[in-house]
Amino acid sequence: MTARTILLAGGDVVHPDGVRREDVLVVDGAIAEVADRIGAPAGAEVLDAQGCVVGPGLVDLHTHLREPGREEAETIESAAFAGALGGYTALVAMPNTEPACDSAAVVADVLSRARGALCDVAPAGAITKGREGTSLAPMAEMARMGVTLFTDDGAGVQDGTLMRRALEYARGLDVTLAQHCEDANLAAGGVMHEGAWSSRLGLAGQPAIAETAMVARDLGLVELTHARLHFLHLSVPASVRLVDEARRAGLPVTCEVAPHHLTLDDGSCAHYDPTYKVNPPLRPRSLVDELCAQLRAGMIDAIATDHAPHPPESKERTFDEASPGMLGLQHALSLSVAALGGAAQVDPVGLFDLLSRRPAAIARLRAADARPGGQGAHGGALVAGECANLCVVDLAATRTATLGDLASRSRNSPYLGRDLPAAVRHTIHAGDVTVRDGVLER
Amino acid sequence: MTADTLLGADLLSIDQLSRAGIVEVLEAAEAFAEVSRRSVPRVPTLRGKLVATLFFEESTRTRMSFETAAKRLSADVASLAVASSSVKKGESLRDTAQTVEALGADVVIIRHAHAGAPERVTGWLEDARVINAGDGWHEHPSQALLDCFTVREARCAALGEPAEGSGAGPFEGLEVLIVGDVRHSRVARSEVRCYLTLGARVTLCAPGTLLPRDAEEWGVEMVSDLDDVLADADVVSLLRLQTERGSGAFVPSLEEFTANYGLTERRAAMLKPSALVTHPGPMVRGVEIASTVADAANALVLRQVANGVAVRMAILYLVLGGEPERLAEAT
Repeated sequence: MTARTILLAGGDVVHPDGVRREDVLVVDGAIAEVADRIGAPAGAEVLDAQGCVVGPGLVDLHTHLREPGREEAETIESAAFAGALGGYTALVAMPNTEPACDSAAVVADVLSRARGALCDVAPAGAITKGREGTSLAPMAEMARMGVTLFTDDGAGVQDGTLMRRALEYARGLDVTLAQHCEDANLAAGGVMHEGAWSSRLGLAGQPAIAETAMVARDLGLVELTHARLHFLHLSVPASVRLVDEARRAGLPVTCEVAPHHLTLDDGSCAHYDPTYKVNPPLRPRSLVDELCAQLRAGMIDAIATDHAPHPPESKERTFDEASPGMLGLQHALSLSVAALGGAAQVDPVGLFDLLSRRPAAIARLRAADARPGGQGAHGGALVAGECANLCVVDLAATRTATLGDLASRSRNSPYLGRDLPAAVRHTIHAGDVTVRDGVLER
Repeated sequence: MTADTLLGADLLSIDQLSRAGIVEVLEAAEAFAEVSRRSVPRVPTLRGKLVATLFFEESTRTRMSFETAAKRLSADVASLAVASSSVKKGESLRDTAQTVEALGADVVIIRHAHAGAPERVTGWLEDARVINAGDGWHEHPSQALLDCFTVREARCAALGEPAEGSGAGPFEGLEVLIVGDVRHSRVARSEVRCYLTLGARVTLCAPGTLLPRDAEEWGVEMVSDLDDVLADADVVSLLRLQTERGSGAFVPSLEEFTANYGLTERRAAMLKPSALVTHPGPMVRGVEIASTVADAANALVLRQVANGVAVRMAILYLVLGGEPERLAEAT
């Protein structure tokens, strides 16, 4: 095996305490040296990082890979292509596949399918058997395979007693549960946010309280059980406020938001285009602005994509019938920059905290954590000895999102044709270049 | 953005029309109402055109009205009976609509249980125009246009003036009261937009569960006590409780709904003598309207049905590109 030596030259390297102009030398999958002006060793590939920020590879807490079961929408390989182009090196796979990831056998299957993909894949297990919300899935056998995050995402665990038992059980296993907060009774089948737009369009709406009520219930259950709980894709400022208060009171809770909830509002549904149908639904502009303010105020731990590919036949329907979800991996970094006020306003340290370091901590993919499948570490400091998972991004760039650029098997992106800030220049996964000058290395 | 004309356009929502655009339809409908009164109520205006009705939801009366309108304009009519069609075999809305266009349809009239279905279809067709004949809870624009046509006709008749050429005048300061299941009513959404655009004031009256969320933004008043507002109304538009869509769960019982929101004889007596009562049908006598009230002289229900044909002739004529200036030749 030939030595794999890469020199990232002239970038602004993101450290926990700030950004410094340094070179990064990568040898055989690990960071060998980070210093001002490193001479390129013989045979090294030199990648220009001037004008770019060099940070840890991004970690997505919330990806729907669709494999196994819905390969016409996405495969692990194609999702990882999209991830690499978006600056990601690790993806947490949601368990709502067919079959659901609710046993060691399915976890093993996903891990084996993910071997050789351009991103590491950490499967999340289901909380309940078949994600049916009626009885506990064998969390212990999945935890033994390295699964650290469990969720029924796609639906919340409606039964409060079952959720309590899941938390108590998870605590003993030292794993984290993640909840999709949506009280099904309050949501009452709503297909968009309930408000002025749903009334005007004649579409059934789900009120914001459908999310916040379950957040409140689960915070009470965390207080009762002291188990770790992560809140997925919060879309309502009131939910974030509750989680923030609980965290400050010492409860082991974290939360994420999705890029689309930071950028798009419910007025996007005005022409019944199901590209904008997503669950939780897009909220009114006033709530979107408040969510962005909460993000800037540090009340939110992570930005996670909720990347949800769907084939055309699932979206070429009426709004009521169409499947909810949109693509996220390729544009999440750009949208995060936009939500944080644009390239000029963004603190790179905070940006990589939201997109890499804290997600890696929540999913326990850091060097100190035991990781499924013996994969590399993510979200660490850029120092010698760390696994070389890196993202090099030109924050000042602007690019237009186009259909041709999508690496996903699906096309359900709401951003096509829009000018987005920031562009991923290079991605390095486990010491290999997966994206060079914005082009995928298949 | 609202348009001053329906000429060559799709009709998806009253929202798309300005006051001038609505008045254009009302005036054109007057010309076609005259056709309907002839012994042979048929003109060759749309000879050679194919009008297709795609009713994904049962509605005999609206379909009959559109088909009658098309036939009086000498158009060919093709109907897709959904119950026995490819739709039941799993064909998508897109494929069904494109198939009908490939058959040569110049206009596709769509009724669908899901809001926005007609607008979705416009994105899938090449040249055929689309008319929304009712989509979910969203809109039923032809119904609102015929309701306003009928109210204008009755207001003008009461004053002994011709309706033709009266424009939006009869709606100036008109107090319109819409009563019943507003939340689940496409007729209400279209009526609110139509009456407001024509210059009327609109009050919605329903129990809290049947009022749409945040509808204050529409520029209407919302109340829950019918007895309080009856005396001010010039027009009372009654809506059926959409029990087939589960609206029954929004009120304790039909009896309680009738007791509080039915236009009973007692309540009808509280109305101004000049007040008009409309109902889009089908009526449920004894629930939202008492039988005697439905049969009283100021109830316009059957006029609405008769005028519906003329208004839909006007809509078909305009949507298929017939110019208002050439109506005299067309009729």
